Amino acid sequence: MLNFTLRRLILAVPTLLIISLLIFLLLDFAPGDPTANMPLTIPPEVREDMRRALGLGEPVHIRYIRWLYLVFVVEPSHILANMTGLDVAVEGNRLLSWQSRSPVADIIAQRMPQTLWVVGLSYLFGIMIALPIGIISAYRQYSWFDQVGTFIAMIGFSIPTFFTGVLLIVIFSVNLGWLPSMYDTTHSVTDWSSFVRQVKMMIMPVAVLALYNAAQISRFMRASMLDNLNQDYVRTARAKGMNERVVVLLHVLRNSMIPVVTVIALGVPTIFAGAIITEQIFRVNGLGQLLITAIYANDIPMVQTLTFIFAVLIVLFNLIADVLYGILDPRIRYD
Amino acid sequence: MKLKTALMGAAACVALAPLAAHAERGSSGHVNIIYWQAPTIMNPYLSGGTKEMDASSLVLEPLARYDHEGQIVPWLAEEVPTVDNGGVAEDLKSITWKIRDDILWSDGTPLTAADVVFSAEYCMHPEGGCAYRNNFDDVINVEALDDHTVLVEFSTPKPVPYGPFVTSGSPIIQAEQFADCLGARAPECSEANFNPIGTGPFVVDDFRPNDVIQLSANENYRDPDKPYFATMTFAGGGDANGAARAVMQTGEMDYAWNLQLAPEVLEDMEAGGQGEVIVAFGSLLERIELNFTDPSPDLPEGVRATRDAPHPILTDIRVREALSRAIDRELLVEIGYGDTGRTTCNFVTNPPMFASDANDDCIVQDIDRANELLDEAGWEPGPDGIRVKDGERLSLSYMTSTNAVRQDFQALIQQWWSEIGVEARLRNIDASVFFGSDPGSTDTYGRMYADVSMWAGLFEGTDPQTYLGERRCGEEPRPETQWQGSNMNRYCNEEYDALHRELTQTADIEERAEIARQLNDIIIQDYAILPLVHRGRVSAKSHTLGGNKLNVWDSEMWDVADWYRIEE
Repeated sequence: MLNFTLRRLILAVPTLLIISLLIFLLLDFAPGDPTANMPLTIPPEVREDMRRALGLGEPVHIRYIRWLYLVFVVEPSHILANMTGLDVAVEGNRLLSWQSRSPVADIIAQRMPQTLWVVGLSYLFGIMIALPIGIISAYRQYSWFDQVGTFIAMIGFSIPTFFTGVLLIVIFSVNLGWLPSMYDTTHSVTDWSSFVRQVKMMIMPVAVLALYNAAQISRFMRASMLDNLNQDYVRTARAKGMNERVVVLLHVLRNSMIPVVTVIALGVPTIFAGAIITEQIFRVNGLGQLLITAIYANDIPMVQTLTFIFAVLIVLFNLIADVLYGILDPRIRYD
Repeated sequence: MKLKTALMGAAACVALAPLAAHAERGSSGHVNIIYWQAPTIMNPYLSGGTKEMDASSLVLEPLARYDHEGQIVPWLAEEVPTVDNGGVAEDLKSITWKIRDDILWSDGTPLTAADVVFSAEYCMHPEGGCAYRNNFDDVINVEALDDHTVLVEFSTPKPVPYGPFVTSGSPIIQAEQFADCLGARAPECSEANFNPIGTGPFVVDDFRPNDVIQLSANENYRDPDKPYFATMTFAGGGDANGAARAVMQTGEMDYAWNLQLAPEVLEDMEAGGQGEVIVAFGSLLERIELNFTDPSPDLPEGVRATRDAPHPILTDIRVREALSRAIDRELLVEIGYGDTGRTTCNFVTNPPMFASDANDDCIVQDIDRANELLDEAGWEPGPDGIRVKDGERLSLSYMTSTNAVRQDFQALIQQWWSEIGVEARLRNIDASVFFGSDPGSTDTYGRMYADVSMWAGLFEGTDPQTYLGERRCGEEPRPETQWQGSNMNRYCNEEYDALHRELTQTADIEERAEIARQLNDIIIQDYAILPLVHRGRVSAKSHTLGGNKLNVWDSEMWDVADWYRIEE
């Protein structure tokens, strides 16, 4: 198992290098201009000077190698230095965002908390809602509970978050005035009342995203349970006189979890990618909003770095999913 | 809601004095402003975006600026230099600014002429990539005559010498703070770019790019009673809808910027009762540009859309006039902009003294006259209703940026043009590509690989000389200039160029206005550009926010020191 993990980790390096090259080149060749969104009153010569000041004058391969160096060495060293207080930061230029002219890593670090809190919690809640619903729906297939569960899952699947989000705002912020429609990223929790405020800000975005996540995962859970409930080993277990509780929760559930765990693990990177639309609606300025504004502003260093981080996470969680597979299913051993 | 009530209650307690509820610094408490496109930097010289200029104007100030009526007013200067008061030289080649001697930076040190000279040096540095470089065009020398006097010399006579240090796009930055940030090193100074030391009413406490800025009143601000607000949250993110809702429906925010929303949406939100829409008109003009060169893909690159290939259809003024007459501008305003737009027949729409009144007949749609004109020009209706001449169909490609209102306009105009036998082939392109100047892209508005294109343009400040100068021969984008240029529709008229030269040599304001109106009339009566809508700037403010005057000629935050909370 350890061998397998190591082998996969080493294999991940060339994979990521190829991904980084593709990301860099794709974004580099894409049409677009970082000065495009500036007012039309700025004359072309000035725009040209601004582009030159952003370092766009040099050949592609030199910029790629410099970017790699900045992403793999300089920025991590600064993050490490900030976290540990050790003096390991590499001197020299840093990878700067074109919009704010400040280091990309600092801005990403600034955005991480709200994304993890809002999107991460919604994922957690989504899972916590989805698993019981999936299990009960499958066990009592076609019962009223299953029908209601299917209906809610259908709603979560088919109604886009930009609709449910605005609907919640209109009901709870505009008409009832109970919840704030905007998330305040500077709010810090110091006492009970500020905690209550934090919870109030998070209810709507978390609810919207949790519904969406729960809808997906509960369907997987139900389908997987149904597959297993009709297997011979279940009949055997029942014939041996085990009670239903043990049959369902020990035998069936453990086997049914295998594909579901994979789905859940592969979904984790999307937490970091944020939920672009939901973040936009509730003004949760997290990683999703950062990515979308960077794309609009043609802030190439920011887009490249964010997409590359997502790529790393996806590769990593793929690996984790594979390892979990082996742990959950004794039939699959990689060595 | 409860929190807001509590805050307001607290503010009311602080301002117990019944004489004037807002008579002293900080007495109005906290104010929330939302710019849904969030500022990314507090240094306008490095950004060029309106949102950054507005945010930084809370902290950084110019020597003079334009007020809400478009009048130039002294700000950090004692007075606005003119020829009459001796501040501008007789030959119009130099201007001398006297700086107020009672101005302190927020760190307590005095503002001196050295800071002003440094600000010019910072923006004029060839490697700095300064976005407002053009404010310093033709400047050959900036020097401090004494601690509070600055001389700016130009290489050519400047009838309007208010480029350097005027408006929020050209503010004074502190020499000491930015001393190590000149030229190529400008982007490295994140700390200074996020937390500039300024002379303005507020200082930055916490800056988060693209997210939120926390500010508090500047203890060293020149007016001891201002600003009336003690603290400010300058929030960003979300979208225009959410921002408008937060001001007018939920009351979470006090001021929201740039709410280009459908008229009925704004009306509905205003009914929420917490705030109101405010509109002011600058020079922003939604227009159709008619291409004088042939963008046909059959032509080789290098000839296509250049002056070597005159447009086969649009060089006939009768066709251009017919296209204009077929448009119902009143309907366009009603559908697209409501109270936030006006009909216009001018290229220069504002300030009033520069706006011509000779062209008002374009407002009324006249399909019959348009048909007559096309008949005269020899275009005969074909079998499918589209006119034909010498075997060629009267079919035009019509390009604009992707935007709901623009696509509505395209559909309406396509319909009207089909009524006069003109086919319009519609295309829309993402704004970041369309307004980009990537020489490799064929979809930019400068490349203009289309017969007609639609977008909105404006000019900075209150003088249209540069704006009118964009339409001179030789200013057009072409291969030799890497497709950079300002004369997007490749208009060229020697009479126009000569008159514009006269404008650049005239200092008297009345005469300038007269010449500008004539230039406007030439372009309009030549039907080179079809004005559609004079667009306003739309913001929203809470009913409890007072003292604010919407300014289209400068930052919307220009008078933020005067803002106060209206007590109920």
